Amino acid sequence: MHLAYPAVLSALLFATGLYGVLARRNAILVLMSVELMLNAVNLNLVAFDVWLDGIARDTLHSGQALTLFTIAVAAAEIGIGLAIVLAVYRNRGTSDIDRLRDTAESGDDPDDAGPGTAAAAAEKAEATA
Amino acid sequence: MSTALAVTTAAAAAETRGFLSPTGVEIAFLLVGVVTFGAAVVTVTTRQLVHAALWLVVALGGLAVEYLLLTAEFIAWVQVLIYVGSVVVLLLFGLMLTKAPIGRSPDADSGNRPVALAVAVAAAAALVWVVVDAFRTTWIDLSGPAAGTTAVTGASLFQSWVLPFEALSVLLLAALVGAIVLSRRTGGTDGSDGDRRSTAPAARTGSGPDPAAPDKEGAR
Repeated sequence: MHLAYPAVLSALLFATGLYGVLARRNAILVLMSVELMLNAVNLNLVAFDVWLDGIARDTLHSGQALTLFTIAVAAAEIGIGLAIVLAVYRNRGTSDIDRLRDTAESGDDPDDAGPGTAAAAAEKAEATA
Repeated sequence: MSTALAVTTAAAAAETRGFLSPTGVEIAFLLVGVVTFGAAVVTVTTRQLVHAALWLVVALGGLAVEYLLLTAEFIAWVQVLIYVGSVVVLLLFGLMLTKAPIGRSPDADSGNRPVALAVAVAAAAALVWVVVDAFRTTWIDLSGPAAGTTAVTGASLFQSWVLPFEALSVLLLAALVGAIVLSRRTGGTDGSDGDRRSTAPAARTGSGPDPAAPDKEGAR
């Protein structure tokens, strides 16, 4: 098999995940896109490991070991990420990352901090519920 | 020396094998790859949040099939177990716990969608161009002994990679403890938010003859 096939598929999946991370608004959808990007990296690692196993008689199998490590780290990441999203949702009533603007620099955003934030968040939660 | 010889023979093999006469494995890889990429695109573009998680199952399962086609069977089964089995279930639970709407949600995409699309297309074009230019003639020899059987992967994992493996288990434990700490309520233990607000002051004072408070503490 040409190495270009898995490499190109991996690049396309990575770009898809990149689009999802940038364009999505729900925090859980952003986490799904991060999973897509991690899986693109995994595909690259496996493909290059199989290639190197063929040509160099590589007995270390670093690509597959790294893939397993990436999968484990991704599992830890999704657990922590979901816990953070749930904590944010419990405190704010929304998992909309466009509304979490507490550390934004400009204070003139209409969605931004102030007494209206809680009402806007509650309204938002009702709208999404 | 034998490595260089293998490289030259592989390069020669790739020279003779063009892209216009794909082998059966390549055709299967292409078809599954198209399905995987399509499912990934639907995952990041659909407006129904639960459908996004379900299309993610298709994409990750397609990737497991790609691992099988690359003879990495252990990785494929780990992919099915971890991703399709647990990560997607966790994501679905997260969607339910954040009260995600079942139908179409009009604000699933943020306002910077054109910019995101431009960045993604630019990244895809650059990556594909570089990768194709670099590995146009590289040939993966899948005919030999399988590179990723469970025996091979296990031997390399427990001979060369034992220390990172154990460190990773500690990391996973720390992450799970952190997730439990993060998702633990500081006031009550369970129930809805209104329940928490009503029981939290009683539990915090703790001195009153409140029979529910010790139960809550014990349940925690």
